[in-house]
Amino acid sequence: MSHDHSLNPETMPQHPEKATLEGKNKFLGLWFFLGGETVLFASLFGTYLALKNSTAGGPTTQELYGLELVFVMTMLLLTSSLTSVYAMYHMKNNDFKKMQLWLGITGLLGIGFLACEIYEFYHYIHEYGFTFRSSAFGSAFYTLVGFHGGHVLFGLCWLSAIMIRNAKRGLNLYNAPKFNTFSLYWHFIDVVWVFIFTVVYLMGKVA
Amino acid sequence: MANNTKTNEFHKEQNKEEMKKQLITFAAMIIFTVIAFLIVGTGIMSKMMAIPLLLIMALIQVAFQFYYFMHMKDKGHELASIMIYGGVWAAILTVAALTLVIWW
Repeated sequence: MSHDHSLNPETMPQHPEKATLEGKNKFLGLWFFLGGETVLFASLFGTYLALKNSTAGGPTTQELYGLELVFVMTMLLLTSSLTSVYAMYHMKNNDFKKMQLWLGITGLLGIGFLACEIYEFYHYIHEYGFTFRSSAFGSAFYTLVGFHGGHVLFGLCWLSAIMIRNAKRGLNLYNAPKFNTFSLYWHFIDVVWVFIFTVVYLMGKVA
Repeated sequence: MANNTKTNEFHKEQNKEEMKKQLITFAAMIIFTVIAFLIVGTGIMSKMMAIPLLLIMALIQVAFQFYYFMHMKDKGHELASIMIYGGVWAAILTVAALTLVIWW
């Protein structure tokens, strides 16, 4: 256990997430991954923009979208971005319990977002008969927004895995980079959502 | 040990200052979001005016997210910037290519 002890000094360094080589590597690796994710989502955005008017007689973007639910979803995800900043703030102050608490709130907000999205898709399918197979617009819409929802779901699984796995360990130099990596990923999901609510919903409503 | 506590206090104070900036960032992002939804919800602007404005506000929000929430303004983020801007460059080309093919 002496190995564990060496990773958990009495006083944590100022940046526990980047104090070890592994932490530095995780940090760089995640940014590399996010660069790739940017291109992945760009291809889905480009496809959506190219096909959004190919409705095949189905509802248009203006008829389909409702701003109220999208606004609620935006607020949920934006707030969860702030709560994960709070979690990282407590990580830097070496306060494990508060970090877990704020991460838990982040997760709950993420679940709230996902529930709204499932309701939204359910609403489109049952009220408008608008499905993945309705039109090119349908395919592009569900692929883009669904891929983002899938990222939220993946983030929630990731978050619960590291929260449960490290619940009894407390904060140390081994798991601090893991929490930090997750928080960066979570912010990126919010970045993608900013473009989705702007390009898909708001621009779809004015056009 | 006493010295350690002192530096800890200093770091805690620094973290607090940082957190204040994060809260201001968050408030700014909420304001931008509300304005964007109001523009579309009230329909006070023509399409030609609204769309560029919405895109500019989205870009500002994303910059806040990257530079403040994800700490890209801090030291030691040179490689991170290269990676994300590399991704953004490829992303612009991708969106441009996919939207240009439907122009005629």
